[in-house]
Amino acid sequence: MKKLMTGDEAIARGVFEAGVKFAAAYPGTPSTEILENLLEIDRKYLFAEWAPNEKVALESAIGASVAGARSFASMKHVGLNVAADPFFTAAYSGVNGGLVIVSADEPGQFSSQNEQDNRNMAKAAFVPMFEPSDSEDCRVMVKEAYELSEKYDAPILIRMTTRVCHSKGLVEIGERKEVGIKKWEKNPQKYVMVPANAKVRKQLIFKRFEELKEYSNNCKWNFIEYNDTKIGVIASGDCYLYAQEVFGKEASYLKVGFSNPLPDKLFKEFAEKVDKIYVIEENDPIMEQHIKALGIECHGKDIFPSYGEMIPEVIREAVYGKKIEPDEEVKEIMINRAPTFCAGCPHRGFFYTLGKRKNIMISGDIGCYTLSAGDPYKAMDMTLCMGASVSMGHGAAQVFSMDECEQDMKVVSVLGDSTFFHSGITSLIDVVYNNSSAVTCILDNRITGMTGQQQNPGTGFTAQGEISTEVDIEALVRAIGVKNVRRINPNNLDEVNEAFDWALALDEPSVIITWWPCALKKQSEEDKKNFPGSFKDKFQVDEDKCIGCRKCTKTGCPAISFKTEIKKSSIDPNKCVGCSVCAQVCPVGAIGKVVK
Amino acid sequence: MTKNVLLTGIGGQGTITASKLLTIGLMSAGYDVKMSEVHGMSQREGQVLTHLRYGDKVFSPVVPKGEADIIMGFEELEVLRNIDYLKQDGVVVLNTVRFNPIGVLSGKDKYPENTVEMIKKRSGKLYAFNASEEAEKLGNLKVMNIILLGTIIKSMKLEDINWDKIIEENVKEKFVELNKKALRVGMDLV
Repeated sequence: MKKLMTGDEAIARGVFEAGVKFAAAYPGTPSTEILENLLEIDRKYLFAEWAPNEKVALESAIGASVAGARSFASMKHVGLNVAADPFFTAAYSGVNGGLVIVSADEPGQFSSQNEQDNRNMAKAAFVPMFEPSDSEDCRVMVKEAYELSEKYDAPILIRMTTRVCHSKGLVEIGERKEVGIKKWEKNPQKYVMVPANAKVRKQLIFKRFEELKEYSNNCKWNFIEYNDTKIGVIASGDCYLYAQEVFGKEASYLKVGFSNPLPDKLFKEFAEKVDKIYVIEENDPIMEQHIKALGIECHGKDIFPSYGEMIPEVIREAVYGKKIEPDEEVKEIMINRAPTFCAGCPHRGFFYTLGKRKNIMISGDIGCYTLSAGDPYKAMDMTLCMGASVSMGHGAAQVFSMDECEQDMKVVSVLGDSTFFHSGITSLIDVVYNNSSAVTCILDNRITGMTGQQQNPGTGFTAQGEISTEVDIEALVRAIGVKNVRRINPNNLDEVNEAFDWALALDEPSVIITWWPCALKKQSEEDKKNFPGSFKDKFQVDEDKCIGCRKCTKTGCPAISFKTEIKKSSIDPNKCVGCSVCAQVCPVGAIGKVVK
Repeated sequence: MTKNVLLTGIGGQGTITASKLLTIGLMSAGYDVKMSEVHGMSQREGQVLTHLRYGDKVFSPVVPKGEADIIMGFEELEVLRNIDYLKQDGVVVLNTVRFNPIGVLSGKDKYPENTVEMIKKRSGKLYAFNASEEAEKLGNLKVMNIILLGTIIKSMKLEDINWDKIIEENVKEKFVELNKKALRVGMDLV
């Protein structure tokens, strides 16, 4: 039976069919839907869970593998940086039950803070790697990856890209193969990576790699398709599809689906048959450099861009100089549609207030709240990676407090609840331990917002929606030694301001926790109890009172627009969810609750 | 022969749902189908762009610029933003509504005035109407996307596919009848 699936769905299907019993992940675009789909599977077959971060997810999967079950972890590309520590050493210790890891890379950066090529990670860690091109590839490769993992005693990396993750294609549905749980036997030489053991294992890695070179040259994932031999294209992942689109039968192809180690013999064989070689790969010239090192002439980054997606029009332009010129008239009048906080987002009132403060450096983090960097808030001065807000803020605060520093600045660090659990907590321990005056704000919107409402340790529910132990952020923060803690309603601007006055006056660590649910969150019974009447009201503008000052539009709420013809503000009742921030901002009391 | 369709709108308008139903329909008709979604960072109000390609054999899931047979637009500005994808004489089905980007709401930017005329100038054929108003007539603004789906089905001459069945199988039961009705409304608009 054939089904239409995204690459993410197909990976999940493959994981199921491969007999995997344990899976863990931290959400991150474009990888999130893999675990979401695994959660749909009956737990008698497979147990899936959200981990607080990628390192924890991978370590859990490694533990499950050692215990004998086929196990799985998925993450976005930057997530593999977080998990790099266990990733590199797991290559040494190997597996018991098969272990497969997905890295979802983002050529073109649709929603990521960098564009990194995790083929480099596989290469650096000596971890065998697959690169699927489409959804069916995803399903079959993940199954083969488990066979390979167990045969070669190695974790396997699957590199996906946004287009592979989020494109739909037809997938042949297969049966699940039950593989059982292997017996675990004590084997410290294999699983305890102290230097004496690791040295031995490193030798095994090289032996394994030599064997895998044979596999790479002979497996069905790396193949040559001869057509016209004037042009030879070497491509992996989605680039293979793009190249076929451009060249069709006018070129011959070497498709690389298993790409670490690379198939040297195939490269040489191909090079002898074709006249001119194009190596088409997204991001780094990994294959190109390898091929050139074999003494084969080829074109790669000398003509193709070193960043972004190698979509057909990019290839066409590079090879044939064909370019679609943008419509100048349209380009001239085009305006941006910057992403923004949703109507009723609890971050709005907070950042509206914070952005107005003077002499503050705002240290930000990865999540919806990063949107505060844009208009109209301009309330974020730096953002790097998950959890870094607090530690970067700490470092900055240390400098600002030095006698020779001429700037009198205070630091406010901002991150969300899920990010706090991800890696903010260790940073906050640093703030406490080293006695920083930085103010840490944990924006607890009761869910992991940006990736689409996943549960986290603070929500009180597991990934399956079962009731779980809820981490009490306030108690946790106090337990690690923060004496000054306040929990506030971020929609109440006076409360936000008072909390800043209080925290910024302190010379020791302080934490402000904002507590209000994400406007898109499906509220639980507990939420309804905790936030009675939330998102039930609508507000409207009394046009007789409105003086057209536009203060309400400066809150950046997408429900509010300004009618230029009559110079009055108006609120879209289809969007307003009654957070009341605009009413608090209005200087003449023209905005009020709609009386039902 | 590969056909290229582009669906574009704003997060929250149901663009992706409409794309999915269309994809499922094309698949049921026996085509090889590939679809690729790009959505911006925000959950709501961000740009949404779906590439959909179908034919005997489809390679790339991405529609190349200048090759879209049809653009299905859920919002005026977003159609204009992606107009370079349209092939010469390509068809545009346009929902004549405007969602002000945050820059416009805050007074920094100005929403271009003559968007519809500009779109018309660049398309071989333009079907323009306000599907949101039609949806309100049906009592639920949310079925705007299904009305648009109806119009695209008609303009792509895909009426032979059993859309009622696809709605029955893919839409929550209590919305099935409303969705079927919305689809008809859309088909009648073209």
